[in-house]
Amino acid sequence: MKFMMMMHTPRGNGEYQVSAWSPDDLKAHIAFMHRFNAELATAGERVDAQGLAPPGQAKLVRAGKDGAPVTDGPFAEAKEFLAGYWIVDVDSPERAYELAAKASTAPGPGGAPLNMAIEVRQVMSAPPTDE
Amino acid sequence: MAVTVEHLLRELAPQVLGAVARRHGDFAAAEDAVQEALIAAATQWPAAGIPANPRGWLYHVALRRMTDQVRSEMARRRREDAVATEVWADWAFVPPPDAELGVDRDDTLVLLFMCCHPALTDPSAIALTLRAVGGLTTAEIASAFLVPEATMAQRISRAKASIKASGVPFSMPEPGERAERLGAVLHVLYLIFNEGYASTSGAVLQRTDLSNEAIRLARAVHALLPNDADVAGLLALMLLTDARRASRTGPDGELIPLDEQDRTLWNRAQIAEGVALVSAALTGGSASAYSLQAAIAAVHDEAERAEDTDWPQILALYGVLKEMQENPMVALNHAIAAAMVHGPSAGLALLTPLDADPRMRGHYRLDAVRAHLLERAGDHDAAIAHYRAAAEGTTSIPERNYLIAKAARLAAGQRTTGPAALDR
Repeated sequence: MKFMMMMHTPRGNGEYQVSAWSPDDLKAHIAFMHRFNAELATAGERVDAQGLAPPGQAKLVRAGKDGAPVTDGPFAEAKEFLAGYWIVDVDSPERAYELAAKASTAPGPGGAPLNMAIEVRQVMSAPPTDE
Repeated sequence: MAVTVEHLLRELAPQVLGAVARRHGDFAAAEDAVQEALIAAATQWPAAGIPANPRGWLYHVALRRMTDQVRSEMARRRREDAVATEVWADWAFVPPPDAELGVDRDDTLVLLFMCCHPALTDPSAIALTLRAVGGLTTAEIASAFLVPEATMAQRISRAKASIKASGVPFSMPEPGERAERLGAVLHVLYLIFNEGYASTSGAVLQRTDLSNEAIRLARAVHALLPNDADVAGLLALMLLTDARRASRTGPDGELIPLDEQDRTLWNRAQIAEGVALVSAALTGGSASAYSLQAAIAAVHDEAERAEDTDWPQILALYGVLKEMQENPMVALNHAIAAAMVHGPSAGLALLTPLDADPRMRGHYRLDAVRAHLLERAGDHDAAIAHYRAAAEGTTSIPERNYLIAKAARLAAGQRTTGPAALDR
């Protein structure tokens, strides 16, 4: 079963909270994420993992009356934003929660775990298709 | 054994495809047939051994597939058409596996010209080149570009359909057209190389495969056109840039700028080969943009320590390049070189006109370079602001992390170094 784990990050100085951290803290955080992603791949649980560009570049699009796109934004005022996501393929929801909890412990300033919010939602599966 | 078969198939694929497509004239159908022959070889050869004439074997199998296709088409048409009957007579004869094929050395080049057709977008041309000339499977190409296999398969199908719809025959372009098409081929190879070299996020190994593949293909073109300065220059540029690969990233995939790299990790043999190529290309005739970029890479590669870099020479080379092509990225690099020779304020002054260039306005790289020059000029607050702006503008994770770290180090009161705002 597949789950999407969405990493919600508080905004900070600049758009990325991490931009206010010390170089060593930043390095430790990056190393943690690097290892975490490698472990997911080794365990065969990683389907996809992507970081998203900051919300300052995000646009909200919907079709207007004539069907042409109408854009709004960027929306950079939000307190938190979606920084990136993983899609994992695991045996149980509990395993997805376990992985999300591990991602949540990524180190922040002073090496203390951030315990940031990771939203976990199951990816709905499509019925089998004939090729 | 498996490695040998794979390498052999990659070498033979374009030759066989060229021969089959030339004979039949239908690139899309030929490509399908050769793919099937390659799959058959990849499954049979490791167990049964490589046949005495592997190229003939592949040609034979591919031709048989083509014959099957033609036969079913014939059945559909009930063989009413006299012309079709003639074609059938031609295709009924499949040469024995050891027959001389008369494979033309230029077939690889013809394929490259086809794959880099002006009707195709860059991504389509890249995908088709990697599949038809590079012999990569659709799955391999998809994984290198981090897209699903079905997406890549569709892209390749669309590319083949575009070529068919364009009506351009499978042959070398006319002499007048040839230079222009060669330019497109080199551009596509350059893009393949960059895709493999520029980003280390995601699946690292597959992307190294891409830069290796670009080098292999550039070598093949160079072997066919040894006297072409553009080709030699591009191959030299790839070799001289790729020579630094091992030192460009740290253990966690972090970007290490040129002046902080461990130069003992640089590939000396590749540097020597690149220097020889670019020297010959520059003395042989008029300088091309690729040769000039290769010459700049060579100056960097030949410095034993970062501080030994011959910046005046690099500045002069960028000056020539800037005259040759109106490219804001060249202007940006020219400003960096000027700052290294004449000081940061000289570099900052050269950045000012770029603010008015719509191609550069708001581009993160302009912010990154400006941040670096401001830092060197001692204006740390402004430098931090531009480093952060650059970090928010890039979509490459290693670059973003690098830029955030620069801002963080500066904010923490540590001096950062580095002539290249980004090692590109």
